[in-house]
Amino acid sequence: MAKSIKIRAKVKDGVTEVKSLMTHPMETGARKDSKTGEKIPAHFIQEVTCEVGGKTVMTALWSGGVSKNPYLSFKFKGADKGDQLTLKWVDNQGGSDSVEAAIS
Amino acid sequence: MSADSKRRLFLKGSMAVGTLSVAAGAGLLSPRDVLAAWPEAAFETKELSAALNELWGGSDLEESAEIEVKAPDIAENGAVVPVTVSTSMDGVESIAIAAPNNPSALVADFKLGEGALPYASTRIKMGETGDVVAVVNKGGKLYSARKQVKVTIGGCGG
Repeated sequence: MAKSIKIRAKVKDGVTEVKSLMTHPMETGARKDSKTGEKIPAHFIQEVTCEVGGKTVMTALWSGGVSKNPYLSFKFKGADKGDQLTLKWVDNQGGSDSVEAAIS
Repeated sequence: MSADSKRRLFLKGSMAVGTLSVAAGAGLLSPRDVLAAWPEAAFETKELSAALNELWGGSDLEESAEIEVKAPDIAENGAVVPVTVSTSMDGVESIAIAAPNNPSALVADFKLGEGALPYASTRIKMGETGDVVAVVNKGGKLYSARKQVKVTIGGCGG
């Protein structure tokens, strides 16, 4: 599952704004397949973490109530242009992906 | 890669994942083992107050004008409702977003780490018209603000 994450991080006046889009079905587990009538198993991102310089700046805990192909944006202080950040997600079935990006 | 072949790939992926969930269903691999920190009880409970109790051990909310909840007045598609929460408060530890009319109220909890500003933006599903509630945890005290969103087509459909 390579590169399911699109990310952009921009610093302005000392505040870095991160915007990211992840590709994920975000199934709640309550939906039924319209053809077979069987329940579609829950499959959603449970945790998204963002690290900068070895420090976690944000941890998002999610349920299946977050929309399909989730969008996430957050802001933090203390980073400069060129710093690397890592964004990682883990889902309820043990899947995961991560991306590194330079702050611009 | 064309959209169609991507879709094929996705289908393949979800089949592989299906096997995994069978293992999970049989109790061989519980989601708890995979991810210890995820507050399962808080996310699975129906009521917001119960969810907050699970999450933070309290559910007394104080309405606060310092919290801003941005969401559309009318959402034509309940599957994708953009929500942005921000506050002018200092010392915020966590921001939760909930939709009390959904089958499970709690949608997301954003834990702010070092240097993080009290701001979170995402898109959520809403099954029906109702409030989007933001709960801000500041030193264990909970502050909230809400905004009603009219949903024309529900997003949790079965």
